[in-house]
Amino acid sequence: MKRREFLTIPASALGGTLLYTLAREPFRLQAQDGNVKVPLRFFTAAEARVIAAACERIFPSDASGPGAKEAGVVIYIDRQLAGPYGADKYRYTKGPWVESVPEHGYQGKANPRDTYRDGIAKLGANFDELSVADQIARLQSLEKTHFFALLRAHTIEGMFSDPMHGGNAGMIGWQLIGYPGPRMSYKDDVDKHFGEVFRPKPASLEQIMRRPGKPWEDEKV
Amino acid sequence: MTNLKPVDVVIVGGGWTGLAMAKELVTRTSLNVVALERGQPRSLADYAMDMDELDYNIRLRMMQNIAEETVTHRHSATDAAVPVRQYGSFHPGTGVGGAGEHWTGMCFRYLPSVFTLRTHLTEKHGAARLPADLAVRDWGVTYDQLEPHYWYAEQMMGVSGKAGNLRGKQIDGGNIFESPRMNEYPTPPLKHSYASHLFEEAARKVGYHPYPTPAANLSQNYTNPDGVSRAACAYCSYCSRFGCMIGAKAQPTNTLLPVLRKHKSFELRTGSWVRRIVHENGRATGVQFTDAEGNEFFQPAETVLLCSFTLNNNRLLFLSKIGMPYDPASGKGTLGRFLTHQVEGGIRIYFDKPLNLFMGAGSLGSRFSDFDGDNNLPGNDGLLRYGMLSMNGNGNLPIGAFGNIPPGEAKSNWGADWKAASLRWNDRATQLNLYGEHMSYRQNYIDLDPTYTDKFGDPLLRFTLDWTEHEHKQRDFAYDLAAKIAPAMGAKIDTRRPSRAKYNVINYQSTHIQGGAVMGASPELSVVNPYLQHWDMPNLWVVGASSFPQTAAGNPTLTVMAVTYWSADALINKYLKHPGRLA
Repeated sequence: MKRREFLTIPASALGGTLLYTLAREPFRLQAQDGNVKVPLRFFTAAEARVIAAACERIFPSDASGPGAKEAGVVIYIDRQLAGPYGADKYRYTKGPWVESVPEHGYQGKANPRDTYRDGIAKLGANFDELSVADQIARLQSLEKTHFFALLRAHTIEGMFSDPMHGGNAGMIGWQLIGYPGPRMSYKDDVDKHFGEVFRPKPASLEQIMRRPGKPWEDEKV
Repeated sequence: MTNLKPVDVVIVGGGWTGLAMAKELVTRTSLNVVALERGQPRSLADYAMDMDELDYNIRLRMMQNIAEETVTHRHSATDAAVPVRQYGSFHPGTGVGGAGEHWTGMCFRYLPSVFTLRTHLTEKHGAARLPADLAVRDWGVTYDQLEPHYWYAEQMMGVSGKAGNLRGKQIDGGNIFESPRMNEYPTPPLKHSYASHLFEEAARKVGYHPYPTPAANLSQNYTNPDGVSRAACAYCSYCSRFGCMIGAKAQPTNTLLPVLRKHKSFELRTGSWVRRIVHENGRATGVQFTDAEGNEFFQPAETVLLCSFTLNNNRLLFLSKIGMPYDPASGKGTLGRFLTHQVEGGIRIYFDKPLNLFMGAGSLGSRFSDFDGDNNLPGNDGLLRYGMLSMNGNGNLPIGAFGNIPPGEAKSNWGADWKAASLRWNDRATQLNLYGEHMSYRQNYIDLDPTYTDKFGDPLLRFTLDWTEHEHKQRDFAYDLAAKIAPAMGAKIDTRRPSRAKYNVINYQSTHIQGGAVMGASPELSVVNPYLQHWDMPNLWVVGASSFPQTAAGNPTLTVMAVTYWSADALINKYLKHPGRLA
């Protein structure tokens, strides 16, 4: 069995909200020194740092608001890759494998795990240590790849999916766009607030239902 | 293979059509009925915990497991087909209730001309002016024959809407172009969202006749004629691709199953994957199926009702070698012919104010049918049929709605300026939608793939399908209509006109794959007769949108149900009394 890997993140980077996000995880938060150690399911710590840096370029934390770093997007991606999605459990994977026209979408044999491992190699083991300009240039050189398409899609997913999936820490993504989460009813509001901003305070599925959800990535592969 | 105790009727599929047939049979006859569903049971309790965009709207957790079975696709008979490896332009459902659990709930009656399209177009334009590859046919059943069955289906679901043509009298606020209805809708229309309210006002200002989209999402609490009660919609937005957690959206599990559960003569077996219809001397003798553990069974039956999705209805006929496969070169054969997929397309529009788009319901919305069928079309520019333009208020979920920005607002689709633009336009971008008729063509068809197989090693279906010039004209026409509506809504239309792209299996279109085992008045051009009885096998009935020779503009489920009830009447009132060929 491989050695358990952790991603160390300054607690301050996560807007002080990681405690909620990871509350269901059976590990002890080690925030005494100002850092939290998140157990990784798929990535090594080094790989996680590379992906976290790449996600931060796709959805940066900047003047327009928090980004992939604060949302913990890399944790989301780590869990997706460890689960059935990463292993292509729900994709048609019988051969023969042939390249086809773009209208047929991705026809490759590589599953998301393989695609990320290959993509991390292309980004380079030191990607997280490059300057921002160099990181952007390297990502631009990969823009047309399947890996980049996945990374971009997963970054958005990690920003705005329910926190039970590991990203959107403290619902920071939902706060950013004013999404209220999975509310049971808008019966009294749907035909009101015409032309006005209506932004109820976000609540997660677990908060609404008062029991933990069953994210697909927890299914045994 | 274990031989099971014979039953009177075996039904393949536990979705809308299978359970509707079962309910008619067990409530109106003394026959014993077994339905075989390859997926798992579903219940209301499952659905509340499913309000999760990622797993259900993006990873599509309710759909058939595509790893086990898919279809292959090619654009023309000279291309090589490859498998659809992930969904996709359509989303087949599974489990009890089938796609009827995760559907959106739009409930349209088709125009009379849809049912007699070959005759209608020939009379209107002359045979010589129709495209040479046009394959459309008359159904062998008319709107007037189906009207009472439409009403029966609407009552079962409690469809919310407003009549626009009540016994020939036009009513403002409803769809004045609809086929004449004998009754007002069972429940009044859903509420409007801000965007659908703006659309309705704009369409009226421009001179069209908007109406609320008829919805199987209840606008108020409702008890149907079977005594089944359901609660009103709460506009939570977790609708299409989700099961309804309060049962406000009509689903087989909350309308038909409660009735069926009371009948000992009905049995629903889940995890039962039907692999073949077994037949001998022109009669079906039963079905062969495999259970979840891989055990094989033969279920003998007097009558076999094939009631699964379009894809599986076709596939089981092919795999069981029932009927003659269609050959596009010679034009001979019927099975697999008339493959269609409703023509849909979104046209983005942008506002300078927030729309609160996260509130909605599957079928909440407004649309107009001023150009449905060939209403008000000149017909001399090659556009023979169009459809409807709509504003859907189905509710935006945050991942899918993020990043819809006008062209030129960001250098690429990632990074700081893209993020800033996406935040700036968040909740201010939505779309108008085309719902277009997809006519059938000689070159679009289904057969068995020679290479790719399912989890059992059986051949997959192969689609040969591409858009023609006509569908491009429909999309252009929709864009031109949207360009009139958008400014009247106070919005700017996206400057990118519809692309003339080929059919793609990636972007969701709709789950309205139709045809392949179509109905008609003659065995030379159809697989089943107008009652949905197989021409070659009187005790085999093939029910569902597989029987539609072309698509209408509106979503098919309500018509699927109307035709199912029409078929059930023929089965019960005629066939079971005097078994034999009905037409």
